[in-house]
Amino acid sequence: MASHYEAPIRNPLIVGDKTYHDVTVDVARPVEGKANRLWWIVFSVALSAFLWGLGCIVYTVSTGIGVWGLNKTVGWAWDITNFVWWVGIGHAGTLISAVLLLFRQKWRMAINRSAEAMTIFSVVQAGIFPIIHMGRPWLAYWTMPIPNQFGSLWVNFNSPLLWDVFAISTYLSVSLVFWWTGLLPDFAMLRDRAVKPFQKKIYSLVSFGWSGRAKDWQRFEEVSLVLAGLATPLVLSVHTIVSFDFATSVIPGWHTTIFPPYFVAGAIFSGFSMVNTLLIIMRKVSHLEDYITLQHIELMNLVVMITGSIVGCAYITELFVSWYSGVEYEQYTFLNRATGPYWWAYWMMMSCNVFSPQFMWIKKLRRSILFSFCISIVVNIGMWFERFVIIVTSVHRDYLPSSWTMFSPTFVDIGVYAGTIGFFFVLFLLYARTFPVIAQAEVKSILKSSGEKYKKLREANPNNSH
Amino acid sequence: MNKKVVQAIYNDDDVLLDAVKKVRGVNLKIEEVYTPFPVHGLDEAMGLKHTRLAIASFIYGCIGLVVAVLMMKYIMIDDWPRNIGGKPNFTYIDNLPAFIPVMFEMTIFFAAHLMVISFYMRSKLYPYKKAENPDPRTTDDHFLMEVESTGNEQELVKFLEETGAIEVKIADKKAIEI
Repeated sequence: MASHYEAPIRNPLIVGDKTYHDVTVDVARPVEGKANRLWWIVFSVALSAFLWGLGCIVYTVSTGIGVWGLNKTVGWAWDITNFVWWVGIGHAGTLISAVLLLFRQKWRMAINRSAEAMTIFSVVQAGIFPIIHMGRPWLAYWTMPIPNQFGSLWVNFNSPLLWDVFAISTYLSVSLVFWWTGLLPDFAMLRDRAVKPFQKKIYSLVSFGWSGRAKDWQRFEEVSLVLAGLATPLVLSVHTIVSFDFATSVIPGWHTTIFPPYFVAGAIFSGFSMVNTLLIIMRKVSHLEDYITLQHIELMNLVVMITGSIVGCAYITELFVSWYSGVEYEQYTFLNRATGPYWWAYWMMMSCNVFSPQFMWIKKLRRSILFSFCISIVVNIGMWFERFVIIVTSVHRDYLPSSWTMFSPTFVDIGVYAGTIGFFFVLFLLYARTFPVIAQAEVKSILKSSGEKYKKLREANPNNSH
Repeated sequence: MNKKVVQAIYNDDDVLLDAVKKVRGVNLKIEEVYTPFPVHGLDEAMGLKHTRLAIASFIYGCIGLVVAVLMMKYIMIDDWPRNIGGKPNFTYIDNLPAFIPVMFEMTIFFAAHLMVISFYMRSKLYPYKKAENPDPRTTDDHFLMEVESTGNEQELVKFLEETGAIEVKIADKKAIEI
């Protein structure tokens, strides 16, 4: 069919002689099967970390923020570092499902579902920190402009922390409906295959009675496209607003106009790395190598390389401008970062973020799954240090030398962070066992244009091919 | 009243698309087509009207923007015009840059959520709704076309079989509103 013409230069995105039914079976297999021992081991570890973190949160809230390593000079450290880190990770999901949809990138089909799940779960982790880092978190609802008995006392719309409330809640809720709407046809597939009454009931409930009518699909595609068009500016604005927490301040090292795009680039950088980490494991354990192919990993590595280079460019710009500015406070901030007491954090960040993605220029390395996996973890360590360096090194030494101090975390700081990692994996592991991890309806729609079987058929009969 | 429909099941989207064109070519009425994934060009082949959800979304976005502006104008300028950190809260324009982030987010919030709610309402999708696809295979790898019965069902079945259907059956059409 002419409608399925594709340039012969493109590699297949779906490997093997797959039919539509094979796609269904492969996607449904992890959901219909039983969890193995390895899953239970990893799940228990994640759950223990989560419960430990929960204990740390309860301890913090009931005893006071003083149990953290913060002091009068460094009022933000691990809490906001982790918040920005998690929000950043969450951005890749929307990038993959929305931006790649707008650019009609077919390789997104196999990875968008898991990337969106990752978005939702990491934004949930991020959302914990703005609440628990409050001194009086039980008054958190005062951040909302609700009419009240204090003469109607309102919030102040000048604060980036309030913009954060709007940005994060919009981002989480829009991502959630985008993800769920995309899930309806796949839940319907599981519903129609289910043999156990309980599964049938659950998937009937969550698939909202999706029947796959022509009109439903027409609206579904329009909704996906418009949501992608809305999610793209949303994802850029959310991390921009997060970066405003720093950029609108008067602190040397924070007050920068480069932060909005530079934070967004860093978010894509760390987010894609996290997707790579998760999918390299998932394709193996869920036997989805035919859908999440080496080509997918290579393309994600290329995105990591490009955004890593943008981040590197931003680092150099910051250094140049601080030298060029003639502002001694600004110049000292960068001198302090490179040679001060946190030099190790700065050089950790530089080596992980600037140098490691540059290996991806070498084809052999970016097509190596083991190497990609290692780099994806290195990048996330580097991006954690980026936020730590920006936050802590800018405030521990600023205008008044009499206020200079140091920061070191307590076990509660570390415990809360470990707890969010545990919570993330608890959610992701449960997701991997109960949700269709590949958008099978979307994969089926590219099977004829990008499946290996059909590409071979076309090559065999170039004149009349299906 | 139950009316008769003829259900033709196909196992290939290209065959289905050709069949839809043939059925429309002889002026038969297609009641419905159920597919497991979006078949591109199907809505055009069936002659479905384009959806107006994008237009609705634009209007919702405008509403969101207006809500954000009115809310912040009332709170920051009219109700409590405080001096917070030297920010000029005399008129809305004076302090406009600080209001842009919330205006932007609320525009997107309204546009996205109200459009999704409209979609769910128009397509009648909600929790506990019973699925209406006549054959469970249509969410896996089969495509089902329902054609309104003309009275002479044997002839219609024969015609549909010629379009490449792997299975044709006559069924009662339940009264379903779309």
